[in-house]
Amino acid sequence: MPKTTAFHSRLEPLNETKVWKNWSGFLIAPQFKYSLTNEYYAIRSSVSLLDTSPLFKYRISGSDSIRLLERMMSRDINRCKTGSAQYTVWSDDKGFVLQDGVILRTDDFEFFLTAGEPTLRYFKSIAREMKLEEVIVEDVSEAYGILALQGPHAHNVISQLTRDATDLKYFDVTHADICGTEVIISRTGYTGDLGYEIWIPHENALTVWDALMAAGEGYNIAPIGTTALKMARVEAGLLLMGVDFDSSRFAWVDAQRETAIELGWSWMFRNLEKDDRDFIGRAAIEAEIKNKTSRWKTVGLEIDWHSYEAVHLDAGILPPKSDLYRETTMSVYRRSETPWDYAGYATSFLFSSLLRKPIAIAKLPLDLTDAGTEVDLEVPVIRKPVNVLAKVSSLPFFNPERKTAPMGGGK
Amino acid sequence: MSNSNNYDAIVIGGGHNGLVNAAYLAKSGLKTLVLERRHLVGGAAITEELIPGFKFTTFSYAISLMRPDIVQDLRLADHGMMVLPLVNTFQPGLNGDYLLLGADADANFHEIARHSREDAESIRDLSHLIDRVCFALKPLMDNIPPNAMSDDPAELAAMAGLKEYMAGLEPDVRMMIDKFVNCSAAEILEEYFESDLVKALIASSGIIGSKVGPRSKGSGLVWLFHKMGEYDGIFGEWGFHKGGNGGFTEVLAKAVESFGGTILTDADVETVIYENSVATGVRLASGDEYFAPTVVSALDPRRTFTQLVSSDDLPDSLIEAIGKYKFQGTAAKVNFALSDLPNFPGLENRKDIYMGFTNLGPSIDYLEEAFADCEAGRYSKKPFLDCCVQSTIDPDMTPPGKHIMSCFVMYAPYHLSESDWDTERENLGDVVQATIEEFFPGFSSLILHREIVTPLDIERIVGLTEGNIFAGELFADQMFLNRPAPGWNQYRTPIGGYYQCGSGTHPGGCVIGGPGKLAAQQILGDLKQQAG
Repeated sequence: MPKTTAFHSRLEPLNETKVWKNWSGFLIAPQFKYSLTNEYYAIRSSVSLLDTSPLFKYRISGSDSIRLLERMMSRDINRCKTGSAQYTVWSDDKGFVLQDGVILRTDDFEFFLTAGEPTLRYFKSIAREMKLEEVIVEDVSEAYGILALQGPHAHNVISQLTRDATDLKYFDVTHADICGTEVIISRTGYTGDLGYEIWIPHENALTVWDALMAAGEGYNIAPIGTTALKMARVEAGLLLMGVDFDSSRFAWVDAQRETAIELGWSWMFRNLEKDDRDFIGRAAIEAEIKNKTSRWKTVGLEIDWHSYEAVHLDAGILPPKSDLYRETTMSVYRRSETPWDYAGYATSFLFSSLLRKPIAIAKLPLDLTDAGTEVDLEVPVIRKPVNVLAKVSSLPFFNPERKTAPMGGGK
Repeated sequence: MSNSNNYDAIVIGGGHNGLVNAAYLAKSGLKTLVLERRHLVGGAAITEELIPGFKFTTFSYAISLMRPDIVQDLRLADHGMMVLPLVNTFQPGLNGDYLLLGADADANFHEIARHSREDAESIRDLSHLIDRVCFALKPLMDNIPPNAMSDDPAELAAMAGLKEYMAGLEPDVRMMIDKFVNCSAAEILEEYFESDLVKALIASSGIIGSKVGPRSKGSGLVWLFHKMGEYDGIFGEWGFHKGGNGGFTEVLAKAVESFGGTILTDADVETVIYENSVATGVRLASGDEYFAPTVVSALDPRRTFTQLVSSDDLPDSLIEAIGKYKFQGTAAKVNFALSDLPNFPGLENRKDIYMGFTNLGPSIDYLEEAFADCEAGRYSKKPFLDCCVQSTIDPDMTPPGKHIMSCFVMYAPYHLSESDWDTERENLGDVVQATIEEFFPGFSSLILHREIVTPLDIERIVGLTEGNIFAGELFADQMFLNRPAPGWNQYRTPIGGYYQCGSGTHPGGCVIGGPGKLAAQQILGDLKQQAG
């Protein structure tokens, strides 16, 4: 039987669809309303509240915690100052990605990390291998619930409950008090919008939920499910493990694996020559950069509206638009003399209601990845594969100023 | 002698491998006869209605390792093959603790995490690695192994190819295979797990049917062997055949007959008839004779080489190897007809906990103590039990609301040091009953009927020497290149036209069908060569 999160008793009556899915063994609503697009607009137009508690959560502390994180993480943990957060990734010896996650540095020697898959034993085994004595890796998955408060009014809501969120810059972290509960707030999220993520001790979860919902009432705050979140993250160009890539840990062959660079995170290694961290996978990643051996690059695809419309009109139907989000692999072809000249594939596809066109996240060979390059994307039209014109674009597709703007008239 | 006694091929023994072999031979167009000593086919895979309405799987009780290609080739689904997948695996402790694992990997994570969050993570790594090991070994399971004793250039090339294949495996896979071959199950498990319940649950796969404890070398390989059928995660592929394992062998019999084969029961073969080292037929105990240029023994290696033919006519090296080949059965069965389901304290209303294997053996120490009794020539005072209440999955096994519970019992050594099995039969039943009672208080009051099957009974009724359920131990020195003997691992024998196809040949025991199929492949290849 799936478990329920700390917020379930509040979420249960709000779920109009009565449909639940199993996320890491917890019941979670894919959507609360029948219209996904309505739900999605809470993120872009008002403010949304999402329960992400099924994520695995780890607390890493002790004076050796930096040494452990330097070794484990492909991105330099030293660039994550106390009071800030970092999007990071950990790789295996061959440079293939094991997982990605967000790490919060709440103190000089205290970190909180979220992960999609369990990784306690793995981290502990690295600590043991390194013979680190002053580090504690704890699984605090069940000790905290996490709520993501995301949308243009996120600050208007949270600032009613605490002043401590107001000064947070993008990817800053602070301890705060909400209704007498000690929480951790980071200015982060998976929507590419203004927003906060709040770690709440399990036992006080409902108090904080109630406070946020009350504070949000005047801003049409709405609970959202995971599908609306996933639609927003495509616009934000954020990858999802299990959809856009898989963990190397459970792959059978390297063809199922990807490197951080192939996933578009080469910016994490911009100053690699300036640090001498001996992190797992470093040699492979350096070799990949030096020898340019990346098999793919992850890019955005903007599907040409005229082409998309035409292939449907030709078949006698209107192009599908509403509530259209797909996680099935779609093939991408080179536009050449050869018909159906396979080039790569799209992993996430969305008709973006906001951008008024279909967009996708895709992996293409390096010679096709310059912005503006034209490719064909295979879409099903009345169950038949048809190619439509798509143009390579950089990620993200949507990046509003408010995401990073100072709040409350701050600096 | 009438014409009707002439066949192209005769298979001695209607166990599942004999039937698989006969079905392949018949399918290829050979006029094939199966001779079964008992009144029913199935060998150790039979279902018997011992009391009205209650179907007992007297011996073999679950199915997983049946090779999928055999199911296709013999069109077994068309003949009624129906494997009902198990829902849960239940591992109770003696202190109210338990593990209940099912089909949902996430729920399993949380269930194991109740005992250890690290174990819940480890089991995923270990399962993935074992899946990769099984994938790597699949070609070895599904093909005739090379002959390591032969100078034939083709065999030398095959041996070289094998070495190259193994060397080419990924390092972690190769290292894990080494561990399975060289380490005990407990040694491997200590590396991955801290919870005793978790370790014991997995370790039990490493002792099934074998004279090894979880800390004995050899338990690693037995464990691996049991994983080979499970490509679909940890517990995914085990099931109960509709109507018990006897239901499955009935399907095989139908397949044999659908391809034009003939099955004779109550036909006890006394000897293979051969002249100048060439087989020509068989003689029954009744004196009846049947003739065929191809004779296949589905019996175990001892009967194949020392009973059906005269040892004097075989090379000394082979007879010596068969003499050393270990049977030493260590398992018994106790089967119960029940008026209702047992109760597990704390889970009183959970009927679903019995819908699969119920594994009574809560710690490595418990299993090891059970093994210590075996080493001393006694049956275990506190045995490890693998229990299946098949009626929770297949209601046709019992009258409605009633239940049948098959209990596989370890250890029950064939050779008892201070008594004999005819004396100890009921005592064994009492020990098993008392053990179940400890886990499930009130169990004894549910019993309507009890069937006790000692290793001696297995030998007497099924014909498996010393009651070994695999027709010989699954030890490294009697597997693959050495099963049943070096140089005689390719289903042939020194007597022309006389073949072997039982579980004592590669790949080995369990309801797996591989030996029967690969032997047929060898026979048909030889016939083709002779014809060509």
